[in-house]
Amino acid sequence: MAPLVSTPLTLKHAVTALDNAEVLRIRNDFPILGLQVNGHPLVYLDSGATSQNPVSVLEAEQEFYEQRNAAVHRGAHSLAVEATEVFEAARESVARFVGARSNEIVWTSNATEALNLITYAFSNAGAGRGRAAAERFRLGPGDEIVATEMEHHANLIPWQELAFRTGATFRYIPVDDDGALRLEEAAKVIGPRTKILAFTHASNVLGTINPVETLVGMAREHGAFVVLDACQSVPHLPVDVKALDVDFAAFSGHKMLGPTGIGALYGKAELLNSLPPFLTGGSMITTVTMEQAEYLPAPQRFEAGTQKISQAVALAAAVNYLSETGMDRIHAWEAHLGQRLVAGLEAIEGIRVVGPKTGLERIGLAAFDVDGVHSHDVGQFLDDKGIAVRVGHHCAQPLHRRLGLVSTTRASTYLYNTTDDVDVFLEAVAGVRKFFGAAK
Amino acid sequence: MSSDLQQLYQQIILDHAKSRHGAGLAEAPAGDRVGESHMLNPTCGDEITLRASVHTSEGAHTVSGLSWEGQGCSISMASASVLHDLAKGMDRDELLKLVDNFREVMRSRGTVEADEEILGDAAAFAGVARYPARVKCAMLAWVALEESLLGAS
Repeated sequence: MAPLVSTPLTLKHAVTALDNAEVLRIRNDFPILGLQVNGHPLVYLDSGATSQNPVSVLEAEQEFYEQRNAAVHRGAHSLAVEATEVFEAARESVARFVGARSNEIVWTSNATEALNLITYAFSNAGAGRGRAAAERFRLGPGDEIVATEMEHHANLIPWQELAFRTGATFRYIPVDDDGALRLEEAAKVIGPRTKILAFTHASNVLGTINPVETLVGMAREHGAFVVLDACQSVPHLPVDVKALDVDFAAFSGHKMLGPTGIGALYGKAELLNSLPPFLTGGSMITTVTMEQAEYLPAPQRFEAGTQKISQAVALAAAVNYLSETGMDRIHAWEAHLGQRLVAGLEAIEGIRVVGPKTGLERIGLAAFDVDGVHSHDVGQFLDDKGIAVRVGHHCAQPLHRRLGLVSTTRASTYLYNTTDDVDVFLEAVAGVRKFFGAAK
Repeated sequence: MSSDLQQLYQQIILDHAKSRHGAGLAEAPAGDRVGESHMLNPTCGDEITLRASVHTSEGAHTVSGLSWEGQGCSISMASASVLHDLAKGMDRDELLKLVDNFREVMRSRGTVEADEEILGDAAAFAGVARYPARVKCAMLAWVALEESLLGAS
């Protein structure tokens, strides 16, 4: 029996989930979902990679360019003032969406940049930049950075590199054969030398929701900073960064109905204001001389140069869409779809689903191996029927290696997927091995 | 099943993907020059190590052997298998021209016809050209061959 590391399903079922009728109405807001692909209605099951955009998001971006486009935080003309207002209102909306204050949300190009920003800010602190309050971010030989074996490369490589730059040691919490974090090992890996604990809230491959509270508890015991990769949680579950008590969190706009080119870094205000900046230049300073510069407080101190203004405005429209639908309801619906996916896949001969088995909590995605058929061939076969899935290692090579695989096929759902989408997908998967001669 | 998909996965490809001619790295004949190449497709993890040997006699360079090991999708594995069958006994420079010809067909998005006279079984991969995301799969072994032959020269 695999250890149950997340909230039991029963708790989630207290919430009224969406249903197919409501999802069909929701789909009307997403023009792309009406496409025909290869002669079939599009069945989009790749929202874990990138989600689709409702009309309100597309219109928000267009409206900004048609009516308010100007540089923000500079210039005193009316458009510039208005652009600054909507830009900051967008920050307020996104901050509220994750339970943060607006000065705790830094815009980045994507989650990858957010995570890199933290690592380079830590490096800069180690190089002596920042005031005395930045001393605590200094890393060196003897210090340890801890991540997990299930990380996306974006929450893995930046930490490896930070360790290389500072002389700190990089360590990781292993996963078991079912892909759950080995908490007994976590208790050994996380210790007095741990300076940073970085882990994903929800795995983009396994669908596991990690026990944030337990892990944060272990980190706090040793005074380590906690960095949460929230890319697969913020779009799909109600997330309150204050309740989770993490120090930093990163998420990405295009996975939550927003546009590409924008992501966000959450950081506790006191920490962000002590960290030295990463990118430097215009719009992040107070006083500049020919010798040096003084920096604005967060978030501006991390937002050098012209910002992602229309994207921020569109992302705010996306979180409004999600909030109006209800994150708890979206979560419950996707949990339902996730169970249907896993149960259906497990019933097909020659399929191995990675991550939690049927009945154990997972987000609305499932990655799987098809015996005798490579994931690229699986994906090609499904694409021919208009079904869009992700194939490959999903930017998690070490995790795949741990599971004895090179690649998997992943179906990931969102609020606009019906049970029919899942069933059409399952029926198609059932024909894969026969087509490729891997089954009679 | 669309005809495009059947065009992509012709039976000859599915058969080669299973039978994998030339799989398992083999020792080159004594006295021949040997080159080896390791190629990786980072998007999917497809991987191949290919070894080619060239026998030189009286100024002629003949490919005396091609073996490989790897893992990947049916297109990449079948392509390596087909290449094994084609390469052995061919003049080295003729084989390099064949690689160029194959690459041209693959990159053409279906606008360049595959000449079965020239490409033999490899003409079966013509359907891949219509799927830009899969061209790298088909090319993996061929690019490895180019590098191997460079090493064997």
